[in-house]
Amino acid sequence: NSHNSSGGSTLLGYIGIDTIIEQMRKKTMKTGFDFNIMVVGHSGLGKSTLVNTLFKSHVSRKSAGWARDEKIPKTVEIKAVSHVIEEGGVKMKLTVVDTPGFGDQINNDNCWEPISKYINEQYEKFLKEEVNITRKKRIPDTRVHCCIYFISPTGHFLRQLDTEFMKRLSHSVNIIPVIAKADTMTLEERQEFKQRVRKELEVSGIEFYPQKEFDEDMEDKSDNDKIREAMPFAVVGSDKEYQVNGKRVLGRKTAWGIVEVENPNHCEFAQLRDFLIRSHLQDLKEVTHNIHYETYRAKRLNENGGLRDEPALPLTLYRLLF
Amino acid sequence: MSFSSFPCTMRVSVCVSLKQRNLEGYVGFANLPNQVYRKSVKRGFEFTLMVVGESGLGKSTLINSLFLTDLYSKDYPGPSQRIKKTVQVEQSKVLIKEGGVQLTLTIVDTPGFGDAVDNSNCWQPVINYIDSKCEDFLNAESRVNRRSMPDNRVHCCLYFIAPSGHGLKPLDIEFMKRLHDKVNVIPLIAKADTLTPEECQLFKKQIMKEIQEHKIKIYEFPDTEDDDDNKLIRKIKEKMPLAVVGSNVVIEVNGKKVRGRQYPWGVAEVENGEHCDFTVLRNMLIRTHMQDLKDVTNNVHYENYRSKKLAAVTCNGVDTSKTKGQLTKSPLAQMEEERREHVMKMKKMEAEMEQVFEMKVKEKKQKLKDSEAELERRHEQMKRNLEAQYKELEEKRRVFEEEKANWEAQQRILEQQKLDASKTMEKNKKKGKIF
Repeated sequence: NSHNSSGGSTLLGYIGIDTIIEQMRKKTMKTGFDFNIMVVGHSGLGKSTLVNTLFKSHVSRKSAGWARDEKIPKTVEIKAVSHVIEEGGVKMKLTVVDTPGFGDQINNDNCWEPISKYINEQYEKFLKEEVNITRKKRIPDTRVHCCIYFISPTGHFLRQLDTEFMKRLSHSVNIIPVIAKADTMTLEERQEFKQRVRKELEVSGIEFYPQKEFDEDMEDKSDNDKIREAMPFAVVGSDKEYQVNGKRVLGRKTAWGIVEVENPNHCEFAQLRDFLIRSHLQDLKEVTHNIHYETYRAKRLNENGGLRDEPALPLTLYRLLF
Repeated sequence: MSFSSFPCTMRVSVCVSLKQRNLEGYVGFANLPNQVYRKSVKRGFEFTLMVVGESGLGKSTLINSLFLTDLYSKDYPGPSQRIKKTVQVEQSKVLIKEGGVQLTLTIVDTPGFGDAVDNSNCWQPVINYIDSKCEDFLNAESRVNRRSMPDNRVHCCLYFIAPSGHGLKPLDIEFMKRLHDKVNVIPLIAKADTLTPEECQLFKKQIMKEIQEHKIKIYEFPDTEDDDDNKLIRKIKEKMPLAVVGSNVVIEVNGKKVRGRQYPWGVAEVENGEHCDFTVLRNMLIRTHMQDLKDVTNNVHYENYRSKKLAAVTCNGVDTSKTKGQLTKSPLAQMEEERREHVMKMKKMEAEMEQVFEMKVKEKKQKLKDSEAELERRHEQMKRNLEAQYKELEEKRRVFEEEKANWEAQQRILEQQKLDASKTMEKNKKKGKIF
């Protein structure tokens, strides 16, 4: 019985192929993995707080000993902070890339350029490693897997800077827009604002993650459709705990009540966290590697002349031969 | 200044006694404040309020809440609901009546402020607007017929700071620095329900620190003689900048109807002093300090504008920074100064003109010398040319003479030959050799 039938051949006994999942799991746990997340938005939108809340530890740049009232930098800076966090035996090297100074100046023309340059630099680093004659066993992955863009909760429209940034970067990195400081708006205001923002994003042709064109099958599509309908998530971040109804919850205490960060009736933080970490973490990495990185690579190799359809020779060898 | 024309025999003695005298009966001028009050009420009041801030900071909502009207309603959405590409300045007037007093309220909105990617000079339209209103008032004041002088000057500018929780943005600092000596600037923290009480305190401290650092002069509450009032004023000063929340939606809380914002975790009450500083702002703006804002605008900001404008006009050409100090002197002294300056200027001009004249004379002399030399040279050259030509001609003539002589000689020879030839022919004919 050596012919392939599309329905698959029935097994005559237990072989043990399904243990491969367990083997993969063990391997992943041993090697651990990298995740690089970038946060972009102008100062005061709670970026660092949100990252701390997402990963339930002090991993943002603000906790690495930098003062709360530091001055706004004159140009956009890129600051990356790495931490290794562990959960259930799985180790993750989390790198948070912050962009202080974005959108804070009086003239914000081209403030997206340092960010675009940084992202491309990471792709370049990876490409160089990949193209080497002797490659490392595991190439260190510093590519940005996910870029969370913080939208200011004005309640009216997206700002010009927001659309400019997202238009330019949605093709080189996965962008996840979130509405920051959502406790500014009542529930009705939030719905209206979300709808308006979504419409504007559609009109401007901005493809945020999860992108429609990368849905692999119907199951993916229906899952992702639900998520796309709910985006952008309106989030609130906090790293302080309070007592509510006998439970300790993360929240913000105001004079008229406590905003519970993980309560789905109060804000959509829980949805964002589930989406980002619990279900789509690996997908983010895959889309970055298979699509964004490949796009970059193809562009770069085309620039160096005609290696389009051939398997990529190591560049150095190519140069030697020709 | 024609006192010299008065007869010198007239003497005026003025004796002023500053002791307070007790009246011996009821005169009745204690009623004066009431008369002033009645007159003002009949005239009605005017107040112009400007709101500046990025879109989405709740400016329209706050105005609606402050004056309990729907200045910006669903049918006429506020300017912030429309996207603007450039900064506009729009004004809307509304007439409010309360207890027999009527107030003409003008709200000046600045949609588009701080919304573009490049916001350099977005404060310019605002400055132009304020200056143009001051200019209108100045012109109206200087007219001959001053019966109706509408006061459209901006009395107060509410600047909305975004509740980032960190500090002022560069745009905030730039704007306030440029406008603090043109209008009363009152900074407000917008959408204050974003901040917890601790964050709010830290934020306010940070803002005040930065305001002092950059020497921004925000509106200061004047001290009064009343001690109680002073205590209140001190409390207000501690709360600056005021953190406000706006809303006109009425919600029921514990059986009471309050204006507020309904969240799943509670209701943020607008008029609750523990939730935000809205009541402080309203009391300060409308109930206690409206007149003071108008007075400061009139006495300080408008006078600044006026003196700058008039100084630039009367001393044209002279540096205006010098005249700032001179305006405090008496007119006579000023005239003396001006005369002296004028004389000095004349002298300087004379010296300059002499210098210029000398220089020109020298130049002309030099030029003349040069042209003389040039002419001489040319003359020489022409002479030489002529001589050369003359020589050439002589040479040619000689050659010609030679040729002529040669040619004549040749002709003679030819003739001679001809003669000889004919002679021999005749001889031969005679001899019968030709047939």
